Amino acid sequence: MTDTTMTIDKTKTDTQPAAPTKAEPDMPPAIKPAAERDPLRARIENFSFYYSNGFQAIKQVDMPILDRKITAIIGPSGCGKSTLLRSLNRMHDLYPGNRYEGKVILEPEGENLIGPEADPVLVRLRVGMVFQKPNPFPKSIYENVAAGLRVRGIKKRAVIDEAVETALRRAAIWDEVKDKLHGSAYDLSGGQQQRLCIARGLAPNPEILLLDEPTSALDPIATAKVEDLVQELSETVTIVIVTHNMQQAARISHRTAFMYLGEAIEFGDTNQIFTNPKHPRTESYITGRYG
Amino acid sequence: MPNSSIPTSAELIQSGFVRRRKWIARGMKTFLFLCAALSVFVTTAIVFVLVRDSWDFFANVPLFDFLFGTMWTPVFANPQFGVLPLLAATLQTAGLAMAIAVPFGLIMAIYLSEYARPAVRETIKPALEMLEAVPTVVYGYFALLVMTPFLQGFVPGLKGINLLVPGIILGIMILPYVVSVSEDAMRAVPNSLREGGYGLGMAKWQVATRIVIPGAFSGITAAFILGMSRAVGETMVLAVAAGQNPNLTWDPREGAATITAYIVQMSLGDVAHGSIAYQSIFAVGLLLFVITLLFNIIGFYLRRRFREAY
Amino acid sequence: MSTTTQGALSAATTNQTAFDAVRKAKQKDILFATGGLVVMALAMTLLLALIGDLVIRGATRIDYGFLTSYPSRLPERAGILSAWVGSLLVMLVTAFLAIPIGIGAGLYLEEYARKGWLSNFIEINVSNLAGVPSIIYGLLALGLFVYGFSLGKTILVAGMTLALLILPIVIVSIREAVRAIPRIIKEGAYGLGADQWQVMWSYIIPAARPGILTGAIVGLSRAIGETAPIITIGALTFIAFLPPAPVTGEFPFISFAWLNDGFTVLPIQMFNWVSRPQAEFHVAAAATGVVLIALTFSLNGIAIWIRYRLRQGYRN
Repeated sequence: MTDTTMTIDKTKTDTQPAAPTKAEPDMPPAIKPAAERDPLRARIENFSFYYSNGFQAIKQVDMPILDRKITAIIGPSGCGKSTLLRSLNRMHDLYPGNRYEGKVILEPEGENLIGPEADPVLVRLRVGMVFQKPNPFPKSIYENVAAGLRVRGIKKRAVIDEAVETALRRAAIWDEVKDKLHGSAYDLSGGQQQRLCIARGLAPNPEILLLDEPTSALDPIATAKVEDLVQELSETVTIVIVTHNMQQAARISHRTAFMYLGEAIEFGDTNQIFTNPKHPRTESYITGRYG
Repeated sequence: MPNSSIPTSAELIQSGFVRRRKWIARGMKTFLFLCAALSVFVTTAIVFVLVRDSWDFFANVPLFDFLFGTMWTPVFANPQFGVLPLLAATLQTAGLAMAIAVPFGLIMAIYLSEYARPAVRETIKPALEMLEAVPTVVYGYFALLVMTPFLQGFVPGLKGINLLVPGIILGIMILPYVVSVSEDAMRAVPNSLREGGYGLGMAKWQVATRIVIPGAFSGITAAFILGMSRAVGETMVLAVAAGQNPNLTWDPREGAATITAYIVQMSLGDVAHGSIAYQSIFAVGLLLFVITLLFNIIGFYLRRRFREAY
Repeated sequence: MSTTTQGALSAATTNQTAFDAVRKAKQKDILFATGGLVVMALAMTLLLALIGDLVIRGATRIDYGFLTSYPSRLPERAGILSAWVGSLLVMLVTAFLAIPIGIGAGLYLEEYARKGWLSNFIEINVSNLAGVPSIIYGLLALGLFVYGFSLGKTILVAGMTLALLILPIVIVSIREAVRAIPRIIKEGAYGLGADQWQVMWSYIIPAARPGILTGAIVGLSRAIGETAPIITIGALTFIAFLPPAPVTGEFPFISFAWLNDGFTVLPIQMFNWVSRPQAEFHVAAAATGVVLIALTFSLNGIAIWIRYRLRQGYRN
C-alpha cells in the first residue's frame, strides 16, 4: 500500500471532491492482492452467488480476508454486500435453491467453505455471525452467551461460566450485565442486546466473525460503543463487517471493499479507498453521488 | 483472550462429536418425516378399511340396489339395503342446517368484518369458539329434551323424534365455523378495494355487498361447503334426536335415521363381526366419506384460491 | 356560457339526489349493523338459554355421590365415577400420542419439507383429515385396531383413535406457532453452528411452547367431548368397575394393564342416559352435560387466555 497516505483527516472524507477522471466503467481495475505483510485468513476467489429465482447477486468476486484485521464491505443497498457476507457462513443454505460458484478458501488449511463436500453446519462452527437487528434468544443473558457452547456439546458448568464471562468481557458488556446474568436478554437496551449478540458470537472462539450492518438498528451512542468494541476485537479475531455507513467503514476498518451491482469494484487499504479511490464508481459512491 | 478449553472445529470432528450430532440430526429428520407421513397413512388406512369391508358387502348387494333402493331393513329376515332413506334424512337435516347457517353466518361475518369495532370482534370471536367447543352429545340433549318439547307448542304435528329440530341445532352448531371461515375470507379482501368503493361514495353496506362479498366469494363458498360437509358428517345430535328408524320421508316433522345415526345404532347393538349388517356400516361409511371428501376437496381449493388471490 | 349554467343546474339536482341517496344509504347501514347485532345476540341468547337450562336441571344433581358412584339401574343412585376415570385415562393416552406426533409433523411440514409435490400432498392430506367426520375415525378404529390388530375395545384403542382425530388440529396450531417465530432468531441459532435438530430442540420448540400448548388443549377439549368414534369401537355404557390402577405397590410400581381394559367415557354415559325414557335419567344426563361443558369451556378458556397473553407478548 505504498500509494496511500498514512493518515487522513476522516472528516474530510465526505467533502472529498469528485475528481472527474476518465471513466472506464466496464473494466474495473484488477483488485489489489492483499498486502504481502499481512497474513491471509481467507480468500474469496471467482465467487458467484445465485438466488433460487436465478438472480445472480454476486458476480465473480475476488477478495482476500486478512488475519486479525477488519475488512469492511461497502456499497449502495442491493449491491450484494450482505449476500456476500452471508455466503461466508453458508446462511443461504437455509433456503432451498440458492447456489454458490467459485471458492471461499479458509487459510491456512486451504479448505473450500463452499465446496460440495463442506458441511454448512461445520462452516458455521468456524465462522460466526452477528446480524443487522439484535436478535438475542428469548432466554437469559447467560444462556444467550452459552448457546454456542451448548451447540458444541460443552456441558461442564465451570467451562461455560468461564467462557461466558470471557466473552462478555471481550464484548465490553460484562460490567453492565454481571449482576443480572440470569435475567432476560430482552430487558437490555438495543445497543446492549447487540453487544450481547457479539459476545454470543465470540464465546465459541470463531475463526472469523461476520458482522452484518451491526449498528444499523442502533442509536449513535450505542453505535460508538459497538464500533470501539469491534476495533478492540480485531486484535484477536478476524472480522468482516458489512456497513451502509461509509464513515463507519472509514473509522474502524483496515481494508475496504466497494461493491456495486454484485461486483467487487475495488478493494484496498481503507485509507486509500477513501482518499484516493482508483475506480470512478468508488469515487462517486464515497463522495455521495449515489447510494 | 480466547478460551482454550473450548474445542475447535477440528477437535469436535476428531472427538466424533460432529459425526454423532449428524446421526442424531438425520435420525430426528426421519422421525419427523414419519410423523408427517402418518397423516397419509391414516387417509390410506381409512380408504383401505372402508373399501375392504364394503367390498364383501357389495358382493352381496348390487351397487344399483344400494344407491337407489328405498328400503333399509338390515336386520329383517329378508334384509333390504337401499340407502335412499338414510341419505334423504342426512340431506334434509344438512339442508336445514344450511338454511340456518348460510344467512345468519353471512350476516354475522359481514358484521364482524365490516361493522364491528376491534374490541367487539375480540370479544365475539372467542365466544364463538366456545360455542364450537360444546360437545355434540350436549347439543343432542338440547335438541331432544329442550328444543323439541318447546317447538311442539308451535309446530303442529311435530313428533318427539324429528328431523326439524336436529337440523336447526346442527345449523347453530356449524354457525361458528361458517362465520370464522367466511370472515377470514372477507378480511382478506384488501382495503384498497374497499377504499375504491368508498371513493365512489358507496355506503358501508354497499361496499360490503358489492365489493367485499364478490371479492371474498370463493372463500365464502368454501365456508358453506365445508360447513355442509360438517353437517353431513355430524353424528350425535342426529343419533339422539332424529331417531334410529330408517324412514324415507320428506316431512321434517317426522323422525328418520341418518347415515351417521345408523352407524351408531348398529355399533350399540351386538353386530357379529363379518356379518352383512357389520359390513353395511362400512358401506354407508364409505358413502359418507366420499360425500364429505368431495365437499372438503372443493372447499380446500376454493379456500386456497382466495388465499392466493390477495 | 350556457353550458356552465346547465352544468351548475344539473349539479344542483345531482346534489339533491345524492343527498337523498346518502341518507338512504345511511339508514340501510344502520339497518345492516343492527341486523348483524340482532342475529348475533339471538344466537348467543339461544345458546345461553340452552346452557342455562342444562345447568338449572343438572347442577343440583352434581354432588360427591354423583362423582364417586358407578352407573346404576336406579337413576337416583347413578354416578359418573367410571365415566370420568375412563375419560381421564383415554385423554392421557391421546395426549401422550397426539402431542409429540403433532409437534413432529408440524415441525417437518414447516421447517424441513421442501416445497414440492410431496409436502403439498401431505398438506392437502392434513387439511382433508381435519374435515373427515369423526365417526369415520371410529370405523377406521373398528376395522383396523379392534379387529385388524386385535387390540379389542380398550382404553388404548380409544386413546389412539382420538389421537388420530385431533392430530390435524394439533398440527395446524403448531405450524402457526412455528411460523410466528421470527426468522432472525432461527438464523441466529444456525449462525452459531447449530444443526437443524439442535435448532428445533433448543430454539423452535421452546419458542413455540405457548402455541403447542394451545393446540394441545384445544385438541384435547375436542377429544373429551367426542362420542361417535368411541361408540363405534364399542365402548360399553354400563361399567361398574375401574381399570387397574396405573401405580402398583410392587416393583416396577407402574402398570400398564389399564390400557387393555374396557371403559366408558363421560359423553357416552350422557348419551346413554339421554336415550332412556325416565326423566330422572335425563337429570343425570344434564348433570353429566354440565360437567362436560365445564371441562371443555375451561380448557378452551385457558387456550384463549394463552393466545391472548401471547399476542400481548408479541406486541412488546
